[in-house]
Amino acid sequence: MSREPYLLPNGRVLRYTFHERVVHWLTGVSYLYLLFTGLAFWSPWLFWIAVVLGGDTISRELHPWFGLVFIVGVSLMYKMWHRQMKETPSDKAWWAAIGHYIRNEDDQVPSADRFNPGQKLLFWGFFWNGILLLLSGLILWFPQYIPWNLRFLRLAAVFLHPVFALATIALFIIHVYMGTAMERGAFGSVIRGDVSRAWANKHHHTWYEQLLRDSAARK
Amino acid sequence: MSQAATELIRISGHAGTVPGAGLNREFQVCKLVDTTTCIGCKACEVACLEWNGYTFSETTFNNSYQTMPETAWNYWNLIKFNEHEREDGTLMLLMRKDQCMHCEDPGCLAACPAEAAIVQYANGIVDFQEANCIGCGYCMTGCPFNIPKFSPKARKVFKCTLCNDRVSVGLEPACIKACPTGCLHFGTKKEMKELAETRAEQLREHSGYREAGVYDPPGVGGTHVIYVLHDAKNPELYGGLPKNPQVPLMVRLWKHPLKWIGNFGIIFGVVGVFIHYLRYGPKVVEGDEDKGHGAKP
Ligand code: HEM
Ligand code: SF4
Ligand code: SF4
Repeated sequence: MSREPYLLPNGRVLRYTFHERVVHWLTGVSYLYLLFTGLAFWSPWLFWIAVVLGGDTISRELHPWFGLVFIVGVSLMYKMWHRQMKETPSDKAWWAAIGHYIRNEDDQVPSADRFNPGQKLLFWGFFWNGILLLLSGLILWFPQYIPWNLRFLRLAAVFLHPVFALATIALFIIHVYMGTAMERGAFGSVIRGDVSRAWANKHHHTWYEQLLRDSAARK
Repeated sequence: MSQAATELIRISGHAGTVPGAGLNREFQVCKLVDTTTCIGCKACEVACLEWNGYTFSETTFNNSYQTMPETAWNYWNLIKFNEHEREDGTLMLLMRKDQCMHCEDPGCLAACPAEAAIVQYANGIVDFQEANCIGCGYCMTGCPFNIPKFSPKARKVFKCTLCNDRVSVGLEPACIKACPTGCLHFGTKKEMKELAETRAEQLREHSGYREAGVYDPPGVGGTHVIYVLHDAKNPELYGGLPKNPQVPLMVRLWKHPLKWIGNFGIIFGVVGVFIHYLRYGPKVVEGDEDKGHGAKP
């Protein structure tokens, strides 16, 4: 159970360690619960979701608690990934080639490190919106303790909490699409942990090269 | 008046049509509070507690008649006292019966996400249905009068019902019955408005209150509780009655443009990635034929 990605003896590459996968799903599952219960309160047309998830009152009670779990997940993610998520000078070129990336013309896209600039955007988008959701969510959690003369805080929270939620939903739709349908092998990497060498070489070339160099150095 | 209490015209958190809307709008009820003849005896507070089955709460004392700062989840009707100093330096004790205003355009209902936790009857009464309330407190943020209050025990929100249970069987609200000076009246909105205007005119012409007038704020479409004030220009003097109450702009923006922009955005996003898949398909990794993922590290 290594804490660092490495080349596996069977010719595959460990992309996400056990620890990374657990943190990913802690955050992911709590986010899904928050998303579904949140959407139930967002629109009368979706209120049935709260009923399906065990009842409307229980959804209201549990949503903020899952919010705390989600924030723990986001914090752990920050701890383990923030260094690798730092913007680097080469990111600009990658963004300039985003059209090629979207059209799957991957040979014209600059090679990516362990996380490509799109993944970095996802990470920081979830990180900052997570903090803002926590702050506005705390106000929504206890409106009875926000005095009448500070009512603008409550008004700001009811409006902004769903705004921040929508920002994460935009990222989330793309994230799920890419992780399940578009990048074959990516979903397995966050379940079982490993990817093929070809996959690593194609999607995260810079990272793969570094792994090869490291393993050569270890020998 | 009583039959109208069975016809719903607005339902919170509701996606479809509203049964009862437009059926019959003959009677709009209204409570008139004439602050100029209120003596601050708090009989209406007692009547409210008694009818609704609540016990007295703990009171506070800070050298005034105000023994409770604001209404509570189990204290729906409270006289607000203000020791007002007139321009000539003399004291005037302003007293206003504070309770739910039963707005024509209720901010509490607009904010509520739970189906039928708040309803508005055709007679104008805005009523909370606690069985459907999820306790989110959005109504507390939507109300411009600081009326809905959260019960930590029930984890739901409560407020004045305008004695919907009494009105629906043809009785007047409990507070009206208890008032010893006759400063509280109950009837149709039209009658009460006329009575209030007559009284305000009397105050202007015979009692020297040149600014006397009726408080029926148009910002919330009018209310089903209206006041006669000695000084209608300064409603704030009466225990913080807002001058121009409105459903907060933030609540309006949140429930209308934001909802539609958000819903459109989500649908656009989901359809967008689907179309992307149809057009471009997955990112294929050459030489990555082995589907059998092996090692579990
Ligand atoms: C981070 C901690 C969070 C806290 C403390 C929190 C708290 C709350 C609270 C108290 C409410 C009011 C209704 C209820 O209690 O269920 C609410 C509503 C909502 N939450 Fe959260 N939440 C958090 C995170 C999230 C996240 C990550 C999402 C992502 C989708 C989200 C989406 C929503 C939505 C869509 C609503 C309904 C807004 C509306 O009614 O328009 N929340 N949240
Ligand atoms: S707390 Fe208020 S807004 Fe929330 S469900 Fe209950 S009545 Fe509706
Ligand atoms: S006064 Fe407040 S609680 Fe009463 S109907 Fe108006 S918005 Fe709702």
